Amino acid sequence: MGEITQYSYFPGCTLKTKAKDLDRYARSCAEKLGAELVEPENWQCCGGVYPMGSDEIGNKLSSVRALNDAREHGRELVTVCSACYHVIKRVNDDMANVPDIQKRANNYAEFDEPYTGETKVLHYLELLRDRIGFDKVKEAVTKPLAGKKIGAFYGCLLLRPSNILQFDDPENPSIMEDFISALGATPVRYQMRNECCGGYRRMENPELAQKLVGKIFTDARNAGCEELITACPLCWYNLNSYEGPDKLPVRYMTEVLAEALGILDEKPEAAELDGVSCGCMQDAGKEA
Amino acid sequence: MQRIGVFVCHCGTNIAATVDVSKVAEAAKHEPGVVYAVDYTFMCSEAGQNLIAQAIKDYGLTAIVVCSCSPRMHEATFRKVAEENGVNPYMVEIANIREQCSWVHKNMDEGTPKAITLMKTAVAKVNLDAPLQEGEAPVTKRALVIGGGIAGIQTALDIADCGYKVDIVEKEQTIGGRMAQLDKTFPTLDCSSCILTPRMTEVAQHPNIRLFTYSEVQEVSGFVGNFDVKILKKSRSVREKDCTGCGVCMTKCPSKKIPNEFNRGLNFRTAINIPFAQAIPNVPVIDKEHCIHFKTGKCGICAKVCPSHAVDYEIQDEVIEEKYGAIVVATGFDQIDLHKFGELGYGVSKDVISSLEYERIMSATGPTGGHIVRPSDGKEPKDIVFIQCVGSRCEPDDRRGKTYCSKICCMYTAKQSIMTCDHIPGAKCHVFYIDVRTPGKMFDEFYRRAVEQYGVDYIKGNVGKVTPLPNGKLRVHGVDLLDQKEVELDTDMVVLAGAIEPNPSIRPLATKLTLSIDNNNFLNEAHAKLHPVEAATAGVFMAGTVQGPKDIPETVAQAGAAAVKAVALLAKDKLKTNPCVAQPDELYCNGCSVCANVCPYGAITYIEKEVRDHGVRETRRLAQVNPSLCKGCGACTVACPSGAMNLKGFTNRQIMAEVDSVCQ
Repeated sequence: MGEITQYSYFPGCTLKTKAKDLDRYARSCAEKLGAELVEPENWQCCGGVYPMGSDEIGNKLSSVRALNDAREHGRELVTVCSACYHVIKRVNDDMANVPDIQKRANNYAEFDEPYTGETKVLHYLELLRDRIGFDKVKEAVTKPLAGKKIGAFYGCLLLRPSNILQFDDPENPSIMEDFISALGATPVRYQMRNECCGGYRRMENPELAQKLVGKIFTDARNAGCEELITACPLCWYNLNSYEGPDKLPVRYMTEVLAEALGILDEKPEAAELDGVSCGCMQDAGKEA
Repeated sequence: MQRIGVFVCHCGTNIAATVDVSKVAEAAKHEPGVVYAVDYTFMCSEAGQNLIAQAIKDYGLTAIVVCSCSPRMHEATFRKVAEENGVNPYMVEIANIREQCSWVHKNMDEGTPKAITLMKTAVAKVNLDAPLQEGEAPVTKRALVIGGGIAGIQTALDIADCGYKVDIVEKEQTIGGRMAQLDKTFPTLDCSSCILTPRMTEVAQHPNIRLFTYSEVQEVSGFVGNFDVKILKKSRSVREKDCTGCGVCMTKCPSKKIPNEFNRGLNFRTAINIPFAQAIPNVPVIDKEHCIHFKTGKCGICAKVCPSHAVDYEIQDEVIEEKYGAIVVATGFDQIDLHKFGELGYGVSKDVISSLEYERIMSATGPTGGHIVRPSDGKEPKDIVFIQCVGSRCEPDDRRGKTYCSKICCMYTAKQSIMTCDHIPGAKCHVFYIDVRTPGKMFDEFYRRAVEQYGVDYIKGNVGKVTPLPNGKLRVHGVDLLDQKEVELDTDMVVLAGAIEPNPSIRPLATKLTLSIDNNNFLNEAHAKLHPVEAATAGVFMAGTVQGPKDIPETVAQAGAAAVKAVALLAKDKLKTNPCVAQPDELYCNGCSVCANVCPYGAITYIEKEVRDHGVRETRRLAQVNPSLCKGCGACTVACPSGAMNLKGFTNRQIMAEVDSVCQ
């Protein structure tokens, strides 16, 4: 590997609680691939998707602070959680393009220099593809996942709204399939890979979430998937808590990456299925 | 000194609501040279024109300024008034106080001072105007029609029937276009081929029509009435005069696995091929990319088996040069690439097809001989889902689709569902739609027939996903907006009514013809209402879907309109030429060639000429402008380093006078 490059890294609260594997392997894999993920001090929860649902400025300040911190260090900001990526990238777009939000957020934050969307936000997959390069990832693979038929589950938060996130084609995404190929496995494209997993509706309408997830599994199985990978803790939770026909194993993408890079722990910590995936939403749920 | 009259138009309230027109007229009276100034409600009306005529007589006007709308609108009108009353038409200046003033300002405080400035600018210029004389140019009595679909065919026939020569240039190896690919036509259900092929034959046999198929327009120069066009006639590798169209070569050609473009890739064709039985000309083309002989030098079977020895691998491409008086563009449309709509299963399942592919499947000349079967297993579908507006009526930021309505899909989807029910007894058709749009003669009745007589299941709503099932069926996940619920349908086949877009060949062609195209690559008309078949480039007309989505009757009607416009031009013996052309000043020109290098029309050449400069005689290299080629764009006047080049009617002095007047 060449020079170590530093990136600001926003883990998000779920990765500190329910999705520790997603976080741990994101860091260890990045290190192996020559990227250092530096966690900003005093970061706070991105707010789940709720900051997008209101014009309250308070909900957006966490993202703004993390973005400003990255700017001050002259680094790009990497996240791996789909929800954090979604929120931070959209807040960043607001800070660049919506004068009202820009003004109010800066009035609150009182940075030395007003923040106006200068920081580049990257998803971990974009870090792998655009900064490290899938070819380099491929070279670093020590245990190719040859023969495994893996389906990518994108969910919705990574892809939409596509004009702001500009992550991939929202209807025909391919970045995760390319990632799977780089690991030596066979990517299986299935139609439902960008559908909604039910999201937070799991809380007040679990039957609906079960129904949605059932459709996803059925389609993935029909297409020949043996397992699914995801970058989203909420998707992971909703998919894994499904009880019904056609269920497939679901793992975090970083865990699969660690396996291919040969740095998977012998005894991984048991992933938690109790409670809801996103930390802050757990609290919101209790209040409700 | 000029004797100038200034005429300020109210244009009803269009101008008068945001410009104090009487103040403009009053201000004009104090400008140098102005002897008369007046405002009037509609200067373009007969009464307004009479007002100008009377003022010319009463005040002995030598120059006129009209403060009104854009010169594109009424410059010609006012020039005519001037000419009829003894003033040179090029002594008329228009101050555009409507589009560039009253329409863009909200109140008189802003509008009036600006209108006064614009008026002063025009007065400053007209003071320096000189009378110009129009020249004359002959008209070549031959038209060029680009595109051999129904639009081009109809245009060519109409022009030819008026007694003028027409050439059709078609890039494919046969004329017929999209209409040749269709099965039945709405709302009468008459067979598309049956009504088209007689027209194709008529074209082939018409004494006034020449056909250049497998040909492309390579280069266009010249101007209205006198276009010089180079046509690239690609080699078919088959001599047209010898070939009888027997088709033996096609049966023997060993290169058989080439996707058949005419059947939208649903089956294969041979390397030497005639796309369909009624092709005009009924002569094959050897596809050099796939032909074994052209790839390896071997094979040569077609040449051996040809009973009339028409196959000749040595035939070369040919460039034909011809002069035309008028050009009609009729390059038609294509369906957008539906691979971008993977969520609907296109490219994922073979049984998700485009509506044009479905036309080929339904057509008796198609890959299945008109039997409706699934492309995947050849079985007859009993249940078909049609999805409308795929790629039409999209949001502006949707990069996959078009914002416009493709206009024809509602009707052909109704037709396809009716035809499906006719072909397959007991078949069930479902149609997902946003709106059903049926404005047209007998159109709504036709759609209701689909619903009421054929029991086609119309579902208002979109489809989000199509997933293949292990049993070979397709599951369509949609929403029924009227029932406010999700819909899941297991079906045998899905047909996507994909948006239509202009044939991509229009882009390079538009550049060659200096035509303007819109964001969607449709040709822009000279005026959306009053010049709907004329391009902004004089002498170029348009017909069919190159201008916008339209069905067959509309296309045929527009073709007739374009033909009449072309004929009206060809019927003239002489055309007046624009006198506003570039003119070099011999004393300033140093023969540096800069102007010739920037001239887009090749109008500038150089001559060696003896000149007398301050009593010294010498021979110099001087620029010379061919006034029949110059379009008056002014590029050379800006490029000339010594200021020798002037555009008549827009001289450097005149432009500077305008600028000075604005800056004062």
